[in-house]
Amino acid sequence: MIQVIVNGLSVGAFYALVALGYSMVYGIIKLLNFAHGDIYMLGAYVGFVVLGALTSWLSLPTALGLVLVTLVTMALTGGAGVLMERVAYRPIRHAPRLSLLITAVGLSFALEYGVRQIFGPKPSHFPVQIDAGSVNLFGATITTARIIVILVAGVLMVVLSLFVAKTRQGRAMRAIALDAKAARLMGIDVDRTISLVFFIGSALAGAAGVLAGAVYGTIDFLMGFIIGIKAFTAAVIGGIGNLYGAMLGGVALGLLESFGVAWLGGQWRDVFSFLCLILFLTFRPTGILGGRVVERM
Amino acid sequence: MSWLELDAVDVHYGRVQALRQVSLGVEEGEIVALLGNNGAGKSTTLNLISGFVRPSAGALTWQGQDVSRLKPHQLVAQGIVHVPEGRRIFSTMTVQENLLLGGYLVRDPAVIKRRLDQVYDLMPRLQERRGQEGGTLSGGEQQMLAIGRALISAPRLLLLDEPSMGLAPLLVAQVMRIIAAVNQSGMTVFVVEQNAKAALQIAHRAYVLDTGSVSLCGPAADLAQDPRVVEAYLGGA
Ligand SMILES: Nc1ncnc2c1ncn2[C@@H]1O[C@H](COP(=O)(O)OP(=O)(O)OP(=O)(O)O)[C@@H](O)[C@H]1O
Ligand SMILES: [Mg+2]
Repeated sequence: MIQVIVNGLSVGAFYALVALGYSMVYGIIKLLNFAHGDIYMLGAYVGFVVLGALTSWLSLPTALGLVLVTLVTMALTGGAGVLMERVAYRPIRHAPRLSLLITAVGLSFALEYGVRQIFGPKPSHFPVQIDAGSVNLFGATITTARIIVILVAGVLMVVLSLFVAKTRQGRAMRAIALDAKAARLMGIDVDRTISLVFFIGSALAGAAGVLAGAVYGTIDFLMGFIIGIKAFTAAVIGGIGNLYGAMLGGVALGLLESFGVAWLGGQWRDVFSFLCLILFLTFRPTGILGGRVVERM
Repeated sequence: MSWLELDAVDVHYGRVQALRQVSLGVEEGEIVALLGNNGAGKSTTLNLISGFVRPSAGALTWQGQDVSRLKPHQLVAQGIVHVPEGRRIFSTMTVQENLLLGGYLVRDPAVIKRRLDQVYDLMPRLQERRGQEGGTLSGGEQQMLAIGRALISAPRLLLLDEPSMGLAPLLVAQVMRIIAAVNQSGMTVFVVEQNAKAALQIAHRAYVLDTGSVSLCGPAADLAQDPRVVEAYLGGA
């Protein structure tokens, strides 16, 4: 039982980290960034390269190395997200929604097959794996890797919540989500703030990618596809555009899958998610926290 | 040359011309009113000054500098702050958060604190409701909040778009008193109004806009007596 819960939480942590970027971007420019899952994949590959370089140059203890690599990866994928918005989305921000959507899908393919060009179609083996054993928690055996994932994701989410709720830039993001013209009247540089949102969302997805590499051991150029859809589902479940909704939705989806798999078997995993997505889109498109639709971001 | 000056400005929305050869000026320390009927181009004039629309001809200068190409946030940084038509309060944020957003460009927390206190002094109602969501305020309170939010940045030129809109006469008088008080403390105000009577009572000078062109201008006291103004904007007499 505890095993199932912890499994669910750790998978949910991945979903939540990726869903946050999805939801924040939607909140601020009403764009479903279908390339967002691929930033997660990009994060895994950036981590792969940086970790490879790092371990061949200097010998750091694994834990410290991983933290360092995660931070570097976050900076790089964050930058990639900013670039993506700058080059692909900003020029057509006021174009019909469909153009943006098609651009997003195109970007997704470009990222996937760009990485495939460089690293090949076969999965790569992550140079470092967190397999520092397991701990015994109330009779259940929990791998340390899962606990690390949950902790890292938890810390990142707390920091992000505080940032959005309390700081000047966080307030600016919420203001744009509510009324972009009024935000401009306050002296907020809307373009810069949107860049910041892409940076943060992409950095979180990048962190999730590195963690995934370190936990599961192999990475491939299509790994962002499924998680992109799962993160979208999580964002919808929580209420898309809502920060806390993304976290809640991610964790809820992780738990749901974990319990579903435990009771019915692994082949049901994705069925659960998509059933959830369809049910929510049909009966409650605003999600769990969507009662307050206006509290976007 | 005036402190703020529009010189023979045209504005087009696509093929529709909203302003035609508009020239007007605002001097430091004044309250200047811009009157006119629905669709005359009053909001367009303010949106032009605050950087939301671009002139298709003519010049817009602020302290002698061409500012017609600056973006809205750059103009706020220059001290031109616009309280928009319909207030545009951040509805799910608290009164205090709305005010803090007004001080977005003010980096010093001590300065923000001092100005918050000043705004709360000027509008005690807002202080009582500081934790309440902006969207749940009454129309009059929202207008106060919109003005208070602009004041936090200590504008050098305050642009107000129909501050009396939708308010009961008593509240209109209260809002006008606040505008006059703010001006007394040294702030320059350019106010757009359909309520000519209220605006002419506090303004030093006024312009009348008629389908995109300035048709009259002069000291407010003179315009309030002018038969053309009385007939068209003060409901006969
Ligand atoms: N974004 C826009 N696109 C096209 N036309 C516009 C736009 N904004 C204003 N107009 C037109 O420009 C003219 C002037 O509009 P404006 O909003 O400046 O008038 P106003 O004097 O503020 O009116 P009101 O008293 O109703 O607020 C109107 O004919 C209006 O239809
Ligand atoms: Mg108007």
